Amino acid sequence: MSDRSERLSVLKTYKLFVGGKFPRSESGRVYEVTDAKDRWLANAPQASRKDARDAVVAARKAFGGWSGATAYNRGQILYRVAEMLEGRREQFVREVADAEGLSKSKAGAQVDAAVDRWVWYAGWSDKVAQIAGSANPVAGPYFNLSSPEPTGVVAVLAPQDSSFLGLVSVIAPAIVTGNTTVVVGSEDRPLPALSLGEVLATSDLPGGVVNVLSGRTAEIAAPLASHQDVNAFDLTGAAPELAAELEAAAAENLKRVVRPQAVDWTADPGTRRMLSFLETKTVWHPMGV
Amino acid sequence: MADVTASDGALRRFLHGLPGVDAVGLQVRAATLGTRSIKTTAKAYAIDLAISMIDLTTLEGADTPGKVRALCAKGAHPDPTDRTVPKVAAICVYGDMVATAKEALASASGSDIHVAAVATAFPSGRAAMPVKLADTRDAVAAGADEIDMVIDRGAFLSGRYLDVFEEIKQVKEACARPDGGAAHLKVIFETGELQTYDNVRRASWLAMLAGADFIKTSTGKVAVNATPPVTLLMLEAVRDFRAATGVQVGVKPAGGIRTSKDAIKYLVMVNETLGEEWLTADWFRFGASSLLNDLLMQRQKLRTGHYSGPDYMTVD
Repeated sequence: MSDRSERLSVLKTYKLFVGGKFPRSESGRVYEVTDAKDRWLANAPQASRKDARDAVVAARKAFGGWSGATAYNRGQILYRVAEMLEGRREQFVREVADAEGLSKSKAGAQVDAAVDRWVWYAGWSDKVAQIAGSANPVAGPYFNLSSPEPTGVVAVLAPQDSSFLGLVSVIAPAIVTGNTTVVVGSEDRPLPALSLGEVLATSDLPGGVVNVLSGRTAEIAAPLASHQDVNAFDLTGAAPELAAELEAAAAENLKRVVRPQAVDWTADPGTRRMLSFLETKTVWHPMGV
Repeated sequence: MADVTASDGALRRFLHGLPGVDAVGLQVRAATLGTRSIKTTAKAYAIDLAISMIDLTTLEGADTPGKVRALCAKGAHPDPTDRTVPKVAAICVYGDMVATAKEALASASGSDIHVAAVATAFPSGRAAMPVKLADTRDAVAAGADEIDMVIDRGAFLSGRYLDVFEEIKQVKEACARPDGGAAHLKVIFETGELQTYDNVRRASWLAMLAGADFIKTSTGKVAVNATPPVTLLMLEAVRDFRAATGVQVGVKPAGGIRTSKDAIKYLVMVNETLGEEWLTADWFRFGASSLLNDLLMQRQKLRTGHYSGPDYMTVD
């Protein structure tokens, strides 16, 4: 800034991403986000339970269209997201470096890995049915076919530590199979998640497929866990005590729950996360004997 | 007030002599009343009140007797898991479904729920007078407790106020039952087609002078349906009409009211404009279909503490 002191700085207003729009928190609250050295970075919206409710409504609304889209189409859109991320690489490197206290090169490696991760999952869209579905031998003149279907609305608590690579690694596997999501970004490092919303908004992804909230994880997670219209809950970003509480609340309507566990985000993720949010539909079709 | 309807000229002079509407003031007032925060016990009261004021409506070309029966069952017991939920005020159907609705309500222990029928060539109102009257008599004969008629907007907009006045009067007469009673008459203005707030005020007075029991905003079949400013304007007309004549008239906003939040805004408007006297299903109604599910979801939220979802509501 010093060499261009005549210019006023243009600070970015970070906003939530709900239903394809960028609202402020319904509560009007914001909280200060600092970098790894405790210097102020920005104010992030502090979402309330009503923002969570609105996000679930948006996700539910988007579910029919997104789950009904062809796998090929979903793959194309996810690949498009990777393209858009690539174009914003500089911004994400800076945000990740600030948030996680990394050097530019290490942050760059994280962002590259995140883009690659996105492309990797995009490729799975029309292949997941091959590994999660089956043609079952049955004792009768029927074709018996099992195929995977998306679970529905998935609430995701993004990892607290890995603000971008970890975030991408929990969103992409949920949406690639046709689920829609409500994502709560890292509590102390929410800026990459909020910026990701801006990328998703310009990537042909229908509004509501991914909704990004920021704020106090415990406050936002509680209403999501007890919400009767949420079908699955990824607890990755929850501390052990909170996770237990949320899991109990989630049992009320038998949500699928993914428990938090230590993950090396740079390692090959495998198919576990994708397969966690699928239901199996089996059809019996008479054979013309 | 009898002399103002003596001739076309007198009626026009009277309606055009009504004070003009301050559009900006009206919109601001409606918006301000929409910002009231209604929570906890007040909200629970408002939700139950709103449910009891609903005219649960199905007005589709594809209506079947089965659908009407399902709607009647829902009106009698909106939430089968919770019998403390009040019944709706009425079931609103096309004239040919009145008998079906009557029968279904009786067997669903909802015979205190009224059956409202739309008549007079709903929704366009474009038919000859004898056809409109026959339509009305037919619905009344089938047992309709309430008739929702549409005014001839073409006549109104071209300034033939006395024609509209006579039309309403004749339909009102057609509402009479042989036993001496009469079906309640609701007059639909289709405010989305009346162009100006001044016209809405004139239509309100015109209908009330002609003997409407209720005035209703819209058919739900055009792009613009009930809006808070238009409803507020009609509430004010009703208030002024009672001050002038002593006759109390009901109001029914219809179309486009889908959320509990919206419904509660309307209730606030009624309370602030007309007072508690109108806060019953006898004097205020919502013409709605999807609103009921949202009210039930909010009710469940208040009862259980967690958000409900459409999976737990009937699809209708």
